[in-house]
Amino acid sequence: MSIWARIAGWAALIFGLLYFFVPLAGLTEFSLKAERGVYGFKAYRDVLGDPQFQATFGFSVIMALVTIVIGVLIVVPTAFWVRLKMPWARPYVEFITLMPLVIPAIVIVFGYIRLYNTSSWLPLTGSIMGTNLLLAMGYTVLALPYMYRAVDTGLRTIDVATLTEAAQSLGAGWVTILGRVILPNVIPAVLSGAFLTFAIVIGEFTLAALLDRPAFGPYLQRIGANKAYAPFALSVIAFGITWACMGLIQLVTRFSRHTKAAQ
Amino acid sequence: MSSVPIIRRLPLTWVGLLPFLIFITLFLILPTMHIVIGAFQDRDGAFTFQNLANLNTGTIPASYWISIKISAASAALGCLIGFAMAAAVTFGAVPRWIKAPLMTFSGVASNFAGVPLAFAFLATFGPVGLVTLFLRNNFGIVLQRDLGFNILSFWGLTVTYLFFQIPLMILIIAPALEGLRREWREAAEVLGATTAQYWRMVALPILFPSLLGTFALLFANAFGAVATAIALTGSALNIVPIQLFAQIRGDVLGDPNLGYAMAFGMILVTAVANILYIWLRIRAERWLK
Repeated sequence: MSIWARIAGWAALIFGLLYFFVPLAGLTEFSLKAERGVYGFKAYRDVLGDPQFQATFGFSVIMALVTIVIGVLIVVPTAFWVRLKMPWARPYVEFITLMPLVIPAIVIVFGYIRLYNTSSWLPLTGSIMGTNLLLAMGYTVLALPYMYRAVDTGLRTIDVATLTEAAQSLGAGWVTILGRVILPNVIPAVLSGAFLTFAIVIGEFTLAALLDRPAFGPYLQRIGANKAYAPFALSVIAFGITWACMGLIQLVTRFSRHTKAAQ
Repeated sequence: MSSVPIIRRLPLTWVGLLPFLIFITLFLILPTMHIVIGAFQDRDGAFTFQNLANLNTGTIPASYWISIKISAASAALGCLIGFAMAAAVTFGAVPRWIKAPLMTFSGVASNFAGVPLAFAFLATFGPVGLVTLFLRNNFGIVLQRDLGFNILSFWGLTVTYLFFQIPLMILIIAPALEGLRREWREAAEVLGATTAQYWRMVALPILFPSLLGTFALLFANAFGAVATAIALTGSALNIVPIQLFAQIRGDVLGDPNLGYAMAFGMILVTAVANILYIWLRIRAERWLK
């Protein structure tokens, strides 16, 4: 490794790290400047005390949890069934699950609004619960590529066929097999997918804004236009949540590796 | 024994996929088909190409053009910087322990798009941002006046998108760089190749499909980004997602089918980019296992 290559390597790395950390530093610094002349947590106090923040954040948390439940209920049985009975269909199913990465979210939600409007055969946007359901389904679609890949990778590490036969010979039905044999064995993978889903849903803007639901993303955008420091404090919180979710994924992956090694 | 009738069971294994297929049909395929079909219909539902032709009117061509320019610029710069960083940690120019935390951080940063990202860059390069004030107070440089840089512009958006483009590039290209075998370099050196020749005639041709494929992926990634652009520029910059957003909210084009055509154009651009990515990835895997 020549000296010039080393210098170039360091230069690239330092430039990149500055690129990552300067905006985060700028964001944090700005969010602490709400009081003239001193650094303080005024913006955070204001934001956390805002009933609108509590309402929208609560809404997004519930949406994320509902999305995770729907996602697990759809993805785990499907991935299990494909591995067990229809391995030939795996590339096709995988291809379908990658579609949400190709079709922009704004196009999908455009389709929802036109297809499920009040005068259609399934008027989901006609009621609040219907719209919430539509939003949860949309989030499940957005999270599908990540959820499916995580669960499918998890299933690869266990012997699905043997476990299923063993359970069947002990008299277990499909629900028991899925809920008490397969799911516990792929829990680390499911949790990885779940945390990533949570990180995606909590700050999502496009779907919530166009379906007109009171979620955290649109709230953040709205107060960004009206308030000076609050949106920056909220962005720091949002980044913290993303960071925490990714940290938890690392933790879960590491934890599962340890249990494997202990066996 | 031959009297026992052979019970032929109907092939029912596909029933297990039914929940998934119903979900996908209702919430992904039908909505998308509705848009695609609508793009080829007039107001009375008859088949027409007029909507696609109408895309060439008003502000629409300009918005596609600026969207494509921003996506291409952020993808190209993202590829370049991400490649340099991935190469630095892979080939040992910097200590190897840096690689693991860098990959983890890239995983986080590539997901940190959306509204908060816009505020991070406003707080840094905006009128009273950290870097803006630093340059003004210490060097007397005013970003907007002296360098012509404005966060609510083409370059502003490109620079902001780079925050998730660079990490995405690192995540995808680092494994490809790992796949370059030491033997190839040694063989080239034994045959008398210089470092530049090795890169130009061995490494880059092998990496080329990966590089081009990742460029296509980053392009699609930037093209479909909505939230960051809206939070950053409002409607100051007329890119496709922002215009489509306004169209869905209030039919600003005054023609619903033209809105469908615009969405169809978006699918087309991202689909072409993604197909290119998949195709090039298959090609790249011939050498890089």
